[in-house]
Amino acid sequence: MPLPIEEVKKELSTRLPDVKLRVVRDSLLIENPADLTRVALFLKESPAFRMDYLSSVTGADYLDHLESVYHLYSMEKKHGPIALRVRVPKTNAKIPSLVPVYRGAEYQEREAYDTFGILYEGHPDLRRLFMWEGFEGFPLRKDYEQEDTETLETADVAWLEARGIAVPNGMKQKAEELKAAGKRAVAQKPEKPKN
Amino acid sequence: MMFGMGILKGLWVTLKNFVTSYFCKPGSGGIFTVQYPEERCAEFENFRNFPFLVYDGSPDKIRCVACGICERECPPKCISITMATDAAVPNTVDQKNIKVGAGKPARRPEIFNIDYSLCMNCGMCEAVCPFDSIYMDHAFETTAMGNRTDLLKHKEDLLKSNDYFLKVRPTLAAAVTEKRRIAEEKKRAAAQPPQGPAL
Amino acid sequence: MANTFEIKQTENPSMLEINFGPQHPSTHGVFRMNVMLEGEKVCALKPVMGYLHRNQEQIAENLPYAAIMPYTDRLDYINAMSNNFGYALAVEKLAGIEVPERAEYIRVIMAELTRIVNHMAVIGFLLNDLGAFFTPVLYAFREREKILDIFEEVSGSRMMCNYFRFGGVKRDLTAENLAAIGGIVAKLPAFLDEFEALLTKNEILCMRCQHVGVLPADFAINSSITGPVLRASGVNYDIRKVDGYSIYNRFDFKIPLGTKGDVYDRYYVRILEMRESLKILKQALSKIPQGEILNKKTLPLLKMPRNLKPSVGEAYARIESPKGELGYYLVSDGTPQPWRYHVRAPSLINLTVLEDICLGQKIADAIIILGSIDIVLGETDR
Repeated sequence: MPLPIEEVKKELSTRLPDVKLRVVRDSLLIENPADLTRVALFLKESPAFRMDYLSSVTGADYLDHLESVYHLYSMEKKHGPIALRVRVPKTNAKIPSLVPVYRGAEYQEREAYDTFGILYEGHPDLRRLFMWEGFEGFPLRKDYEQEDTETLETADVAWLEARGIAVPNGMKQKAEELKAAGKRAVAQKPEKPKN
Repeated sequence: MMFGMGILKGLWVTLKNFVTSYFCKPGSGGIFTVQYPEERCAEFENFRNFPFLVYDGSPDKIRCVACGICERECPPKCISITMATDAAVPNTVDQKNIKVGAGKPARRPEIFNIDYSLCMNCGMCEAVCPFDSIYMDHAFETTAMGNRTDLLKHKEDLLKSNDYFLKVRPTLAAAVTEKRRIAEEKKRAAAQPPQGPAL
Repeated sequence: MANTFEIKQTENPSMLEINFGPQHPSTHGVFRMNVMLEGEKVCALKPVMGYLHRNQEQIAENLPYAAIMPYTDRLDYINAMSNNFGYALAVEKLAGIEVPERAEYIRVIMAELTRIVNHMAVIGFLLNDLGAFFTPVLYAFREREKILDIFEEVSGSRMMCNYFRFGGVKRDLTAENLAAIGGIVAKLPAFLDEFEALLTKNEILCMRCQHVGVLPADFAINSSITGPVLRASGVNYDIRKVDGYSIYNRFDFKIPLGTKGDVYDRYYVRILEMRESLKILKQALSKIPQGEILNKKTLPLLKMPRNLKPSVGEAYARIESPKGELGYYLVSDGTPQPWRYHVRAPSLINLTVLEDICLGQKIADAIIILGSIDIVLGETDR
């Protein structure tokens, strides 16, 4: 059974009056990210809602800010969803983690950190999930430049030579040129199709 | 029930399956595999594997006009097409002293490459083609020696005749051939000069 | 990976850190677990994922909505029809497209056949991990082949079906197809009885699976577990009944629940779910109406996929896939390509509890607990 978002906002405004909320596209935008834990805890414990099941935690990139979207359902009362949103700037993307409230957010927040770079404070083990340790960059951001897998950089050349693998001179030279120019090996963007 | 009854029941099931596999038919207890490659299963008509191009009659009557829609819609971008250009009409030049007809785009592909190592058999090229020219084939024995060399199929490897199409996908090919015949007849009827009223 | 755990190896000389590496026959794909063992008991366990990460979410940001459908087949590659179903529901919610009656019935038939296909494979591989080397797997696969033949006849491919379209399905079911499905539904209960006679009361299975990997109900709810794993712990939550998406509220079927939440309950819940799926299939086959299979308004989209430009907005649609809740989150910005495409994968989230329910068990039990949670790496890593 879907829950109308205006009613949820009304209930939250009466119970937690100092939390600023706004309805955005059928979800509640929590203006101050620090209020997230209080809102989630209230929704989980209050007898009217009992949202005990966190279905999905996602990140999204909207060019000037990053977003973290949560979908809550209730297994006890079998209603939902209530969607919550939190917005943070790209340079200081810190959101309180929901792992103390819902254990199921653990891997999903790690994935949002890995792909968007949103830092969840209070997460017990915030490290990359899919990409390997030491990977730089956040792949799902809109300004991520894909690296060119066929061009070596100086770090790659050093890694190969340390293992006794000979690197052709042309590739070594290109790597040095890239380093001198201070650039990374970036893939060419695919051309727009002709028609 | 004595301890071990469950295991004995299980052993009875496997013994039954073992014995019936010698005597029963494949659908109900017999051996349901075939000794490939000596025996083969019947192929379903709708099985889609890799694409192929259709020609009517001879390989130069290719249906494809190199519009590029399949190239654009292919999700993994495995098709690449270059449209042919007309050769110059001999012994003619226009006012600017340029050979007439040279370089004009001709409605057929000069290069039509499909990279089988990228193709994911989704069938979108077949779905979007407006000229009934690319369809999904059944051929699944497509092992090759080199990834970049043999799995990059060129136009010559992809061209197959309409008779092959009718053999491999009978209902679809029959419907397409019928549709094209009706369209052809309508075009021919429209091209004839209008006949006056019967006197 | 050195120093994965805080317990230093020199403190206790009987502690051993093992890498259940990505290459392993029992990890159901390229999945890695770092396990710290004391003797044979598991002291700590950390899953490591990402070996099959293909970044489908970014690929989808550059493709029109219809072109993403073949990629959804490859998420949970055993249940391609289910994945297609969830994605079609999400786009239909986003763009406001309706589905005709016959197409809804066909979708339910395909989804329930997929559930049977998946549970056969899972139970088979669980038994494989237990040591019943390949006999139950191949019995189950013999029946599964009949269903895969139907998928091939209907959609063109056994596993990567790409069958659902926005507003319906791609190809109609002929009378022969329906008769073939009816034949399967008629013969499968006898096979399930034989399969259960082989397995359910088997003493070895009972002794190895009961009281192993117990998952308490409230812990499961807090860890966002869904699917047969949750229902084996006794929580009555099935999205087919709760949301009633598509036309599931027209069918009469029960939700099997377990009591203890151990590996045996998860196995038995799947057997019972297969029987309930057969009930739904019988009802759907008897009630399926004649009619069109694709919404007429979306028929031109088959030739021109880029004309689907949903208005600015977002949608989150979820289905009860055989592994749990499969959700699709789509954000549209008015262009033919989605702005954000996210898949809520049940396999990834069901792994949250793996460490907690494996603690204190022997290493051999940790393998069957992983098998009973039922993961597939295409979905976990996307």
